[in-house]
Amino acid sequence: MAPPSSRRSSSSRRAQYGVFTGYVVASVGALIGAALLLLSLVRADSFSGLRSLTADVVEPVGQGTAAARVETQSIFERISGFWNAGKKNAALKQEVELARIKLAEGRAVARENARLKALVDLRDTEDDPVAVTRLVGSSSVSSRRFGYIGAGRVDGVEIGMPVRSARGVIGRILETGARTSRVLLLTDSQSVLPVRLAATDRDVVALAEGRGDGLLRIRLINLGINPLRKGDVMVTSGSGGYYRPGIAVAVIVEINDEGGLARMISDPMATNYVAVEEIWHPEAVEAAQSPPDEPFTDSEGEDAAEGEAQTDQPVQPEEQQ
Amino acid sequence: MTGRNRPRLGASHYPKRINKTHSPVLVYGTPILTILLGSLLPTFFVASAIPFMPPFGFLTLIAWRIIRPGMLPVWAGFPLGLFDDLVSGQPFGSAIMLWSMAMIAMDVLDMRLPWRSFVQDWMVTLLALAIYLISGLILSGAPITLPGLAALLPQFILSAMLFPLIARIVARLDRLRLMRIISV
Repeated sequence: MAPPSSRRSSSSRRAQYGVFTGYVVASVGALIGAALLLLSLVRADSFSGLRSLTADVVEPVGQGTAAARVETQSIFERISGFWNAGKKNAALKQEVELARIKLAEGRAVARENARLKALVDLRDTEDDPVAVTRLVGSSSVSSRRFGYIGAGRVDGVEIGMPVRSARGVIGRILETGARTSRVLLLTDSQSVLPVRLAATDRDVVALAEGRGDGLLRIRLINLGINPLRKGDVMVTSGSGGYYRPGIAVAVIVEINDEGGLARMISDPMATNYVAVEEIWHPEAVEAAQSPPDEPFTDSEGEDAAEGEAQTDQPVQPEEQQ
Repeated sequence: MTGRNRPRLGASHYPKRINKTHSPVLVYGTPILTILLGSLLPTFFVASAIPFMPPFGFLTLIAWRIIRPGMLPVWAGFPLGLFDDLVSGQPFGSAIMLWSMAMIAMDVLDMRLPWRSFVQDWMVTLLALAIYLISGLILSGAPITLPGLAALLPQFILSAMLFPLIARIVARLDRLRLMRIISV
């Protein structure tokens, strides 16, 4: 059967012109799309206003689905919890006892740490989070990994602020709307985060880059014998100035030549509430983004910070040498 | 003979359609609204690892295009893609371009292929989908790596499996669209 397409509607001149105009408009549309695409690839923050406006409008629905998502997960957890509950209970009791001991030790270390910091006159900024909100959605079709949270400019959220859950780092604010913000997740292929090894027996500094398939590529800065082992925990190192040091980032799952592959500790998929924190050292961020051959001043730094919002670019290894 | 086979007056739904016409809101609104909702739906799922949700907006557009050729104008990819770009996380303009090109390509294919069958439509959709997903990766600004390409596979398979379902739903919606509810 021939397609009942509008193309062969009739031999009427008018109808034929109509079809032709349709093609012209469609081609022009495609060309406009290509132009817009080029523009937004060159300048990543163009159209952010329109985008965040749309996000603001659909945000209430996202709040609902976020609640539903977490509820579903907890139902599954509850069901699986009934399975071998007794064995788990005993194991947990033992773990709590050990954790109490560790906690006491940790408190002692923290006290000593505070005393030593006071000695060298270091200011410790343990500020309250800027906002605590829900993760309302993500770009689950696109190859880029963005999340949307339910807090925006009204709540004091600014571009560049780190986003974390109770377990660890989620990502960094990329765009702010009035009531929502877009987060560059750690797993995005444009995200780079300076990390170090949590274990104190080895001193390892590395960069954690998203790989585009959910894993993080851990690239060692000092190449040589690979000191990483499977199961090692990487935490933020604080260099670059965005994240405060010591927040959990990822667990190594595979070792390779340049370092290893790691899995995120705080999976956004299993996260309900997230906290947006202040940028740890805004001065360091500005300094890293101002041109290296110019003397660093505050005003120039701010301009640079606004322009370069796309990549989570802390300190390049080349620049450090 | 008089019992079961006698037509019961008023029970048939035919009399309801007599002297009624289509509602313009439904006729034009249903396809547009379903495609917009299709674009919006995947944003409510949190995918931290890989893009696993099918591009529902694109699939719905293709399904409407296949079920009712010529109903959506060829240039419909522009406004509908514009909305998809606002919510999808892709760089702005990528869906405008890809959806417009898909609409033109589907028209050209319709001209070249004189046959109609659902399997053929499905295969055409899969081809369009594969090109759409790979172009989406290339245009997303992410570096193209082997793991990144492999990560598209689950999304592609899921979309391919879901398309017949989407086509059935769209066919049902088409009946809803053409309901005669306005009296003349």
